[in-house]
Amino acid sequence: MAAQNGQDGGFPVDPLHQFEITTLVPLNIGGIDASFTNSSLWMVLTVFAVTFLTVFAVRGRNMVPGRMQSIAEMSYEFVANMVRDNAGNDGQRYFPFIFSLFMFILLANFLSMLPYSFTVTSHIIVTFALAALVFLGVTVIGFAKHGLGFLRLFVPSGVPAVILPLVVAIEVISYLSRPLSLSVRLFANMLAGHITLKVFAGFVIALSSAGVAGIFGAVLPLAMIVAITALEFLVCALQAYVFAVLTCMYLGDALHPGH
Amino acid sequence: MPENAQNEIVIGQDNLGLQSEVQIPEAGHEGGFPPFNTETFEAQLVWLVITFGILYYLMSKVALPRIANVIEERRDRIADDLDQAGQFKAQTEDAIQSYETALAEARAKAHAIAQETRDRLSAETDLHREKLENELDKKIADAETRIAATKEAALAHVRGVATDVASSIVTQLLGEDADKAAVEKAVDAKLG
Repeated sequence: MAAQNGQDGGFPVDPLHQFEITTLVPLNIGGIDASFTNSSLWMVLTVFAVTFLTVFAVRGRNMVPGRMQSIAEMSYEFVANMVRDNAGNDGQRYFPFIFSLFMFILLANFLSMLPYSFTVTSHIIVTFALAALVFLGVTVIGFAKHGLGFLRLFVPSGVPAVILPLVVAIEVISYLSRPLSLSVRLFANMLAGHITLKVFAGFVIALSSAGVAGIFGAVLPLAMIVAITALEFLVCALQAYVFAVLTCMYLGDALHPGH
Repeated sequence: MPENAQNEIVIGQDNLGLQSEVQIPEAGHEGGFPPFNTETFEAQLVWLVITFGILYYLMSKVALPRIANVIEERRDRIADDLDQAGQFKAQTEDAIQSYETALAEARAKAHAIAQETRDRLSAETDLHREKLENELDKKIADAETRIAATKEAALAHVRGVATDVASSIVTQLLGEDADKAAVEKAVDAKLG
């Protein structure tokens, strides 16, 4: 399709083509579209990658860990510390969920850096589903633990009565916008990063097809691709971390409202 | 490409907020801006639930208990080893302590033995010397007695000789035998 577009005289590559979902195996179970798509494929590969890192790599249960086992243990302790620091000790119950969430997003992001791969987290429905799961889970935990006392979360202590309604309104709005900000942050970062990479790659192709001078000119966007690729790896890890750490903080709010 | 143009319009209507991003591609593509293509939502959600569910199950039932177990075991092992090392250290210190005590004892004992030996030897020497001195004193005394006796004897002889000499001189001079008693008297007077 990219080649076709080039012949049309437009931009040589379509930056959005990589986000298209193509059905690999059409499936329809009980009226629900469960087609196995390229997105499904990369979700499955993500699960495989995480499982490889955390189950397969630790199969030896070595007292002195090897490289892969070290990665698994470091991930474990990293997330465990994150949960302890942000959600407190009673947040440890939800550690497996946060670990799964962090590893799923991290590995999905990293796998998306492979050429010709698909970016699972570049689709708002995926990130929104994860964020909604976090939001609903946290809200349910909050009410289950504290009943209506959970509503104290929206009433900060030490605020003058005059501006209290305003503060409460702001708190409620910020609480309700959590799933949106959580999902859009991840989705937009992954989308924008991959579009940027593709656009610069398009520049390289466009310039290098414009003769000798163009080939020399293409060095600049090529160097940019290299730099942005490095930046993208940072963003991949950072966004997974941000998603997980915010989940921990929301969980901390639900477990200890009114602080 | 009339189809493409149509797609562009559809995108514009679907995603008011993201028009600028969506307009980056000049050429069109089926289904509009892919992340907002609601037709794919169902399948994505279904597979997200399946994959994330499996992942959560694997993590909570297999991976995390296993890793926790490994880390716990290592922590226990390190604590045990440290304990053991502490015990060994205490044992070493005990050994050093007892060694030093033994060394000090041995040293004191050696000192005592040396002192005793020295005392014994000096006592023996003293005894020996005293005995020798006594013997020597006795010998000196004997010798002195003997010298005195000899001297006395010698002196007694001197009187006899002097008397004899005086008698014979008197005999020679006078031509007659001298009065023995008078000579003796004269010699005794001279010898005083």
